[in-house]
Amino acid sequence: MPKIVKLMQGNEACTAGALAAGLRFYAGYPITPSTEIAELCAEELPKVGGKFIQMEDEIGSVAAIIGASLAGKKAMTATSGPGFSLMQECIGYASLCEIPIVIVNVQRMGPSTGMPTSPAQADVMQARWGTHGDHPVIVLAPGNVRECFELTLRAFDLSEKYRVPVIVLTDEVIGHMREKVELPDPAEVHPLRRAMPAAPAGYKPYAADPNGGVPLMAPFGEGYRWHCTGLFHDESGAPSNKGEVADRLLRRLMLKIENNVADISDYASEGIEDCELAVVTFGSSAMSSLSVVRRLRKEGVKAGLLRLKTLWPFPEAAVRELAARAKTIYVPEMNLGQLALEVERVVAGRSRVVRIGKVTGELFRPEEIYNAIMGAK
Amino acid sequence: MSNTLSYFRQERLPHIWCPGCGHGTVTGALVRAIERLGLDKNKICVVSGIGCSSRAVGYLDFDTLHTAHGRALAFATGIKLARPELKVIVMTGDGDCTAIGGNHFIHAARRNIGITTIVMNNEIYGMTSGQYSPMTPKGMLGTTAPYGNAERSFDLCELAKSSGATFVGRATSYHVPLLIDLIEKALSNNGFSVVEALTQCPTYLGRKNKIGGAVEMLEWIKNQTINAKAAAALPPEKREGKLLIGELHNAPAPEFAGEYGELIHTVQRNFANMKGGLWECASNSD
Repeated sequence: MPKIVKLMQGNEACTAGALAAGLRFYAGYPITPSTEIAELCAEELPKVGGKFIQMEDEIGSVAAIIGASLAGKKAMTATSGPGFSLMQECIGYASLCEIPIVIVNVQRMGPSTGMPTSPAQADVMQARWGTHGDHPVIVLAPGNVRECFELTLRAFDLSEKYRVPVIVLTDEVIGHMREKVELPDPAEVHPLRRAMPAAPAGYKPYAADPNGGVPLMAPFGEGYRWHCTGLFHDESGAPSNKGEVADRLLRRLMLKIENNVADISDYASEGIEDCELAVVTFGSSAMSSLSVVRRLRKEGVKAGLLRLKTLWPFPEAAVRELAARAKTIYVPEMNLGQLALEVERVVAGRSRVVRIGKVTGELFRPEEIYNAIMGAK
Repeated sequence: MSNTLSYFRQERLPHIWCPGCGHGTVTGALVRAIERLGLDKNKICVVSGIGCSSRAVGYLDFDTLHTAHGRALAFATGIKLARPELKVIVMTGDGDCTAIGGNHFIHAARRNIGITTIVMNNEIYGMTSGQYSPMTPKGMLGTTAPYGNAERSFDLCELAKSSGATFVGRATSYHVPLLIDLIEKALSNNGFSVVEALTQCPTYLGRKNKIGGAVEMLEWIKNQTINAKAAAALPPEKREGKLLIGELHNAPAPEFAGEYGELIHTVQRNFANMKGGLWECASNSD
């Protein structure tokens, strides 16, 4: 089968990436600007024997995909700000119970109903810390339509590999923008398949190396007859109130991610090898930033761009390395300083960090970033 | 010879419920109904939410899922639609099902998805120690109703029926043979089935309202009920204030997950020879 060349929007590319990854179950609730993903899944999934259901709310949606994942299907939902807020409790459930799920959050202006049709990037912290308690999570941020395909596909692989919820954080611009996209030949795509545990006899659903191991997950209905609970649990899955059981489980869950930051981290860059001035950003703000960095280069300024494709775990090493070279790091983002907080933490005073926030519900125009940089220089 | 215990994870017993609690009776009734039907243990999935009722699943030797408060039916919907061949059962309580989970309940009923829902209705929030629930009768005491409950309560079976459930019945932890019969019928219905099981909570509802211990509470529950068939022959004044028990609604209709399976067959037939869709991305992903 040849490559697929299409004019597609970001939301469509997310759907294509999910299908390539093996998506067979989608539950969702309509919300702007993510709705096209639900519509396309409703249309495409039955063609491949998959299931679509429109749930009564976003809480039900995320609960249903967790159920479907437990039943052995690759499962996804998509939403935006208010719906993402509603999903938080069950995201914590998936983190603690180690159920692979993928959630696409097409960000819009908030808080509250906000500006439903306008882009924002203000869910950076919610995507990481939205549910209560310490918990592992992975957050990916596509920077263009093609990456909506790639990173949604990757989100499923990471979700299966580490048994964590993975959030694909796009925004209204990326979601609705149309680009010509060349998708790989489907025969060349090799999504990760969930590893099955050995025979049911003696199966311990949460037996794993305490130093960040990932246990093997048996699908429901295959004779393993295991117990899954949102209470802290021991290796057999039985609930436990013992402090040492909770401590061991939570530390293992965190180490699953912390030990594998290099595997999970992904970013793109331009001109960072010798830069004196760097821009660190993600998503649609990176599109506006690229032309600024190129313009500065033309004007003789050694400027570089670090565009994060993994937001969480935060790619500390890449930012720390950048701080060794760049005197000033600018962080444009469509919020009032969220990614910048992490950049400041990692840079720890070695470079000056300048926040460039925009909350008008509009994409950055390149000259706004350019002017902010020139004004702050 | 009964093999009831083999359906339990015996190493997890004893259970956490208070002495005199009725939830164990309902759990036993479920297991007895499953045993009578000879269902395959490996193809049963029991899902619960949060509360006293929801701890039942941890003791049962099936695939079991103890989820978030009120959300059992939403998780169960995902399981049933993903794998329609599984027998999916939800064990829930009055707070879990009718307050925080009320919306999922009416929508699961509306879809007529093949899930058997057993509601252990003790008319109180037990796990959090005695607050009034949407099923607490008006006037009764709870820790958040210190002057008597000012709210009206649901008739859960009427709610289930009007929302689209295709089998609805009510029994109590006093009427155990009836309870087992109803659960058996509910499990046999290919659609959304609801069995409301009134159970006693001597620790909170009983003590707060000075009803007495478990035995007095069972008596108290029994005296509130009247068999639906017998009630039909009685004049209205004799039925006044009584809860009907027995089979209350049985109206089979096409089940949702099966209907969706039919839809898939039709769509796949229609698209068998078509090219150029997004779905082609999925061609190597099974």
